[in-house]
Amino acid sequence: METKISYFEKPILKVKNLTKQYGDGCESCLRVDSNVLIKNYCPHCGTVYACKDISFELHKGEILGVVGESGSGKSTMLQCLYFDQEVTDGEAFISSYKNGETNIFKESSQAKRFLKNNVLGKVYQNPILGLKMEFSSIGNIAEKLIAAGSRKVCDMESRGKELLDRVNIPLFRIKEAPKNFSGGMQQRVQIAKALSNNPPILLLDEVTTGLDLSVQANVLDLIKQIQRELGISMLVVSHDLAVIRMLADRTIVMLDGRVIEEGLTDQILEDPQNAYTQELVHSLI
Amino acid sequence: MKISYNFAFFDEGSKREIRRASLKAVAIPGYQVPFASREMPIARGWGTGGLQLTLSLIGREDILKVIDQGSDESVNAINIKKIISKTTGVKLTDETNIATLIQSRHRIPELPLNEAQILVLQVPVPEPLRVVEPSEFITKRLHSEMEYSGAWLMLFEEIMKYGNMATGADHPVYVNDRYVMAPSPIPRFDNPKLNYSKALILFGAGREKKIYAIPPYTKVVSLAFDDYPFEVENFGDKSCKICGARGVYLDEIIDEEKGDTFYQCSDTSFCINRLNKVAIDEGGEA
Repeated sequence: METKISYFEKPILKVKNLTKQYGDGCESCLRVDSNVLIKNYCPHCGTVYACKDISFELHKGEILGVVGESGSGKSTMLQCLYFDQEVTDGEAFISSYKNGETNIFKESSQAKRFLKNNVLGKVYQNPILGLKMEFSSIGNIAEKLIAAGSRKVCDMESRGKELLDRVNIPLFRIKEAPKNFSGGMQQRVQIAKALSNNPPILLLDEVTTGLDLSVQANVLDLIKQIQRELGISMLVVSHDLAVIRMLADRTIVMLDGRVIEEGLTDQILEDPQNAYTQELVHSLI
Repeated sequence: MKISYNFAFFDEGSKREIRRASLKAVAIPGYQVPFASREMPIARGWGTGGLQLTLSLIGREDILKVIDQGSDESVNAINIKKIISKTTGVKLTDETNIATLIQSRHRIPELPLNEAQILVLQVPVPEPLRVVEPSEFITKRLHSEMEYSGAWLMLFEEIMKYGNMATGADHPVYVNDRYVMAPSPIPRFDNPKLNYSKALILFGAGREKKIYAIPPYTKVVSLAFDDYPFEVENFGDKSCKICGARGVYLDEIIDEEKGDTFYQCSDTSFCINRLNKVAIDEGGEA
């Protein structure tokens, strides 16, 4: 009985004190009681503190929302978690990797590549970053499967077809390159690609930004459906509170590289505590 | 004005630098070693990588053979032979079995090579991931992480488009279970000859400034999927029009006046040797 409880209690992803800074810092901004920073920028040495001491936990099947204004460090945090950028400091643990006892930021680049290929999926705001625009859509999905070790063409083809059908890409267009697709379609191909090897953790970076409303609703529906059916844990970054309200169970609010508030999404939207969160919620049309 | 060159055209320092890169390449099979590609009296893209390797390796006792797409007598092969023989005075040959050093463009000779030989191949694009990733900074990192999904993806795309792996040449290979390597634009037909080759095989890319190697007796596997195995070109029942050989790599030649198609050995030295043998067997003189 005890093991069961601890299983449920153990978060699938645990992030502790993630810090990312550009620049070395100087005497005036590294002091503990320092208040020289303009937002997250030190005017003396030019150091930018993109993420400062970010800690949170993500549980199985949960969607955690991350909101904040542009420049608050949301995307940088996701980039660090997907190893697109190196962290300056901090730890992260994935429960399915080495029993959740190894700091994944300190692993070798080969191990990071393994995690990227097998445990994580990421959907970028800009499909150019997540897709190979010149290759066929089905090839894009196969790429992720190949990276995760698949070597059977027929398996990859059927999996690709299944996923593309799932995200409403007509089957007669699957051999076409995403560069010929509309933005919404590209985004859906990207989601299919990120899902292809059933990653337990999916990172979504402003996936609906820039899409028109009906396509947005479509993509959001899809994400919700996938999460319910496959039990994938997701980290959803958005500056759009409506998106967060619809998707996220819990939410963290970021400002100038720090987490300033966290709690249940409803709680944060109905009863914001922090002055900035209040402003953010009140600006919701 | 008479210019007398140093032996093998290069100064000794240059030869040493290229040999060092070659030794490193041999020590790490399939790894592309950067080197300071020299200005050569032929243009980059015309075999300068191979030529630099040959010049750095050649000794007075060597017997040199140069082939271009299987032919010993093409303009490119002749010119390379001329510059090497003028600056070294080594013996030249067309015969695969007596050559100690063979520089080749896009073919491996039909006759099996032996341990005393070195094959130098000219390479236009040494990076097997270049089509997928234009940045050298990133491809180097992909190699270090053994992230070769790009190379597989290219083959997957061919299967999606054409129904099979349609690489005409330069089909990527896994060397020693570690590096994915571009075998230079040799036909798929020649890929199996790389596996556990008795001869040392060196690759030189002059324009891209890379040297890499397959040491003797190294495992070399052509990339393939479980359900789409690697296959070499199959010429069916076609045979060489001149010597009648089958089971060798054939060039398809179209007679433009008559519109006929016929086939002949791509390896001209192999073809001539067969003809000479027939002539001797019939009592004539070789």
